[in-house]
Amino acid sequence: MFDIERWQEIFETLRKNKLRTFLTGLSVASGIFILVILLGFGKGIENGVKSEFERDATNYITVSTWVTTKEYKGLNPGRFIQLKNDDFNTISKVYDEFFDKKSPSYHLWSALVSYKNQSGNYRIQGVTPGYQEIENAQIINGRFLNDADIQETRKVGVIGRRLKQDLFKDEDPIGKQISIYGINITVIGVFTDPGGERDESRVYMPVNTAQIAFNGKDNLRSMWWTIKMADDFEEAVALSNTLSQNIEHDVKVRHTVAPDDTSAVRVYNTLEEAKKIYSLIDKIKMVFWFVGIGTIIAGVVGVGNIMLIIVKERTKEIGIRKAIGAKPFSIISMILQEAVFVTMFAGLFGLIAGLGILEMVGPQIQSDFIKYPQVNFQIALTTVFLLVFAGALAGFFPAYRAARIKPIIALRDE
Amino acid sequence: MIQIKDLHKSYQMGANSLHVLKGINFNVEKGELVSIMGSSGSGKSTLLNILGMLDEADSGEYILDGLKVKNLNERIAASYRNEFLGFIFQSFNLINYKTALDNVSLPLYYQGIKRKERTDKAMHYLEKVGLAEWAEHLPSELSGGQKQRVAIARALASDPKVLLADEPTGALDTKTSYEVMELIQGINDEGKTILVVTHEHDIAQMTKRIVNLKDGLIIDDTKVEQVRASSYV
Repeated sequence: MFDIERWQEIFETLRKNKLRTFLTGLSVASGIFILVILLGFGKGIENGVKSEFERDATNYITVSTWVTTKEYKGLNPGRFIQLKNDDFNTISKVYDEFFDKKSPSYHLWSALVSYKNQSGNYRIQGVTPGYQEIENAQIINGRFLNDADIQETRKVGVIGRRLKQDLFKDEDPIGKQISIYGINITVIGVFTDPGGERDESRVYMPVNTAQIAFNGKDNLRSMWWTIKMADDFEEAVALSNTLSQNIEHDVKVRHTVAPDDTSAVRVYNTLEEAKKIYSLIDKIKMVFWFVGIGTIIAGVVGVGNIMLIIVKERTKEIGIRKAIGAKPFSIISMILQEAVFVTMFAGLFGLIAGLGILEMVGPQIQSDFIKYPQVNFQIALTTVFLLVFAGALAGFFPAYRAARIKPIIALRDE
Repeated sequence: MIQIKDLHKSYQMGANSLHVLKGINFNVEKGELVSIMGSSGSGKSTLLNILGMLDEADSGEYILDGLKVKNLNERIAASYRNEFLGFIFQSFNLINYKTALDNVSLPLYYQGIKRKERTDKAMHYLEKVGLAEWAEHLPSELSGGQKQRVAIARALASDPKVLLADEPTGALDTKTSYEVMELIQGINDEGKTILVVTHEHDIAQMTKRIVNLKDGLIIDDTKVEQVRASSYV
């Protein structure tokens, strides 16, 4: 293998048979090149879809409470469990690394809201800025709550589209004051919600403003968190279930609730929406792997074919070499070393060319559905070696046969 | 140099078995120049192939310079061929993408000789056949006679005990044939044992002994007065 004389002989053969060398190399290089581009764009589409649907895919956990149904540590059943700001802050801090958006919620199911002489009963919900993403509320006018609103306990509110129509008609509501139970709130934005009219008949305001205004002290009705997107659905399910259980346990401990009391503390997580997106991404991945594997197989068959033809073409040369004293092993190793060298060299060339194109073209792509096309370098390199190995294997059998046939028969080959 | 006893060889042609050699006995001394004659199908090429270890006999004995050639595997046969034998073929059998020099040095490559020494030796033999100036030419750039000279240089390169020539002039015109034979005679004059298969009488007359084959048997084996090829040229 490291015999310099043999390498010289091989380089000479390759140099003197430029067309053959070039064609072999071209088929290998283009195979790898196409594979890299395909896998790269597969990844790009996966990234694009992921970022497009990330919001819908986010899985959220919500905690709400009710009355206890079981006696526990000397406490009677029928006790109402009241969530506090402290519950939210502590849990948010403990599981911070897994959470994306978070919001506590203090709400009034129905409150009288009026503007000038118009009025109606609407749901008032005190939340933090993170709730916009959790509820998927889209701002159509003005803005949603921000951190400053919370810090300064501003008396501001974001109203739903339905509520705006009811109270303001065609009037621009931004900067106007609405009255909720006689407390004046400045409208800073209007939102729509894919959830429909029911969800659009709400007022969102800073949670602390709501607690003060409506005598809520530090009480909360519910707590909301979204979980960061995982690599695949199984992981998302596992993470979500573990978090749910841990949070439920924590809340029960904090409020001295029996561990098996299913009514007092309720933790929900939604995976249905997420599941659709994950399965879409899985399908995209699968399609590209399928195409990729198909490409590799085509490449392997191509390389094998070329090797067969090369050996066939060289049968007479092999006969001559054998007649003047080439041992069978030296024939086999000559053909194999040539094949491995050419496929390796061309394969790496195709790999680098493919990666180069991805690097250059990737950032130029202006599409929401293709983002950062990239290839796992290790997978690409493995593919090159797979092709080299397949080429060697495909070359071995004809080479072995050629080395075995009697020189006199090989010499007769025209 | 060569001793052959009761050599048999048959080929399987479909369902029929073709008995090509039916008991050949003959000896060749060192320094002889022997021609093997016979019409096509007489088995002369088969005999040469067996002598050249390109093919194997079914039965019989073949001793080359005291070495019993029997039950060879490919590896050993290859090294014997490389060490003891030089081949000259009718169709030259040069490797077409290698220069004359590289073709001549190929047997030396298989002997494991280093490149520099290989080139020197090969150049020496190319000079010997008068083609030193054509060293860097490809076979396609050479005439038939020149190609055969390159092939002869290649056969000589490994300094074999025996040269085996299978119709060496079969693809050449008369004038070139005589030139090639002159070269072969010259090599024989230096003491090399040479066997030539031919069906041309004038070529056979240029050797020192004619062995006639018919239907797989030697029917005639006579020493002849050698005609020098140079007398024609």
